[in-house]
Amino acid sequence: MPELLSVRGLSVDFVTDGGVAQVLDGISLDVGPGEVVGLVGESGCGKTTLARAILGILPTGATRIRGGEVRFKGADLLREDPGAVNDRVRGRAITFIPQDPYTSFSPVFSVQTQIMDLMKWKSPRAGHGGAARSSFRRYPRERRRADRDAVLETLRAVQIPEPTRALRRLPHEFSGGQRQRLMIAMALLPQPDLIIADEPTTALDVTIQAQILRLLRTLVKERGVSVLFTTHDLGTAHEICDRVVVMYAGQEMEAAPADAFFARPAHPYTRRLLASVPSPGGEIRDIPGDVPSLIAPPPGCRFHPRCEYATAECREGRPPPRVLAPGHGVRCHHPVDAPMGADG
Amino acid sequence: MNAGAAPLLEIVDLVRYFPVRNAFGRRTGWIRAVDGLSLAVWPGETLGLVGESGCGKSTLGKTVMGIYTPTAGDIRFAGREIGHLPARARRAVARDLQYVYQDPGASLDPRWKVVHSLHEPLKIHTRLSRPEREREVGAILAAVGLPDAHLDLYPHELSGGQQRRVGLARILTLRPRMVILDEPTSGLDVSVQASVLKLFRSMQEAFALTYVFISHDLAVVRAMCARIAVMYLGTIVELGDTAAVFETPRHPYTRSLLAAVPRIGGRRVTLDFVLEGEPPSPRDVPSGCRFRTRCPLVQDVCAMEEPPLREVDGRAVACHFA
Repeated sequence: MPELLSVRGLSVDFVTDGGVAQVLDGISLDVGPGEVVGLVGESGCGKTTLARAILGILPTGATRIRGGEVRFKGADLLREDPGAVNDRVRGRAITFIPQDPYTSFSPVFSVQTQIMDLMKWKSPRAGHGGAARSSFRRYPRERRRADRDAVLETLRAVQIPEPTRALRRLPHEFSGGQRQRLMIAMALLPQPDLIIADEPTTALDVTIQAQILRLLRTLVKERGVSVLFTTHDLGTAHEICDRVVVMYAGQEMEAAPADAFFARPAHPYTRRLLASVPSPGGEIRDIPGDVPSLIAPPPGCRFHPRCEYATAECREGRPPPRVLAPGHGVRCHHPVDAPMGADG
Repeated sequence: MNAGAAPLLEIVDLVRYFPVRNAFGRRTGWIRAVDGLSLAVWPGETLGLVGESGCGKSTLGKTVMGIYTPTAGDIRFAGREIGHLPARARRAVARDLQYVYQDPGASLDPRWKVVHSLHEPLKIHTRLSRPEREREVGAILAAVGLPDAHLDLYPHELSGGQQRRVGLARILTLRPRMVILDEPTSGLDVSVQASVLKLFRSMQEAFALTYVFISHDLAVVRAMCARIAVMYLGTIVELGDTAAVFETPRHPYTRSLLAAVPRIGGRRVTLDFVLEGEPPSPRDVPSGCRFRTRCPLVQDVCAMEEPPLREVDGRAVACHFA
């Protein structure tokens, strides 16, 4: 299957007062057409940085892309003309659902103003052409009317009650769950090939989270849209993903189809992470040690200082990718071959 | 449960309303955050308090702590009414009853060394001499797993996890009998959460603590608490042994809430999830049963009568059809 998005060896540095932090260290990751891929990892592991690097919205001053490529439909987004990426890819072929539905809308404009402003530039009916050159471009009445119909239809699809009246309201009149539904609608409206969802349910209650996850999964499957879904919550990943990639300290550790990921994880980190989810029996197991500093990260596999299987070769170099089963890859010298729970 | 022993904390028909005012300062309604709630907590237990955001669980915790005064109802701690005490007498209760915010580390004064922060509660609440205080602080610091050398550091020189431990040590220096933990693990990664939960457990054993564990994370509550109270719009809808409530929830709200929790390795719960809509505003509580606007079992009687909390199957449930 040709991949829709293919990240290869991407390395990103942040320049900070304390030194250069190697936030991403040779990350590789694939997203196939129509696939929902979960990007799982703890805070600070670089999942948001990766999402932003793919979208090309890393802060320009303090970040440096050290190497690698981000291939989207065959073209390397890091080397394309930035104007063309902005015009054709960002917000069109790749859209974004943010984590926090509370601060992602402007509080002073109606929802209609904000959605129609998006549609003016990014609707599938809008022509191409540098936005900067034509920022005073008229929004033709006919296209506006067609776009508005599409907006109402999408609001119905995300189950916003009374969409015509909803459009006239201000963001604060919606609950968190409703605002996240609006965000999903806005991500779907440009008819993208890929949606990058950055922890979209973290701020919501479990009952609302279940509603939103079900809605998102149904809509993207109906429309054949791929999703890269970052989350630190393994339960959420289990609910929505076809495939899961786990990251630790800026390196990808394991990628597997969701079933295999949860049933037969091979990387020691994945296994410790899954074991630290509180079990119904009340058993609690943590991972000894702390997440390493990214300014002076451990050499080789960055998990080795906390890994019970670590040997000298783990310190020497990063383990090469190893394929255990179709679609199940791991970067570890000592992968565990046992179902989850078997190693106690 | 614990027949014979007296509850450490007893809440009777507690009410806490907040006024809603318009732009001219006139009251236009009430937010009924806690609305006629009764609850007993026994010495040595961990009681879980769960519910969606806005159900009043934090207001309940803060009212018990004396941060809010009750609108009506009684709060009895160790046999004594504490809900309406004058400020000075109320402060004395704080020794025995402590409150842990989401991030106890964030409550440290950045300009104070750890040693200063740890001595302060002892200076306020006890008459211990300096060497006695030092001994006490040393013991607590060892119990939360920090070396003595950390006493001379400022909070910014510690990692987030260490700050959290200092924050907890600060609460424990007074040797409280009860600690209210308000969402102590929200926003934490699972591996960090596991360390924090282990720490809470070992503290409970070492200091014979009673916990009220407020959380919206059902998996955490299930692992930590022997008893659980499920709140919805300011009242308790189900209260009982955690294992029993999780295995056979009797209130339709508890059932929906548990059904929404992802179960790793099982079938996707979102495939079968039924609960629609969001909780009504506590400004506008439905008549009769509060859950009726979202309940799959709703009947006419639910709009008319508010179901009382009654004994069903060894636990308390507030539903006409439990």
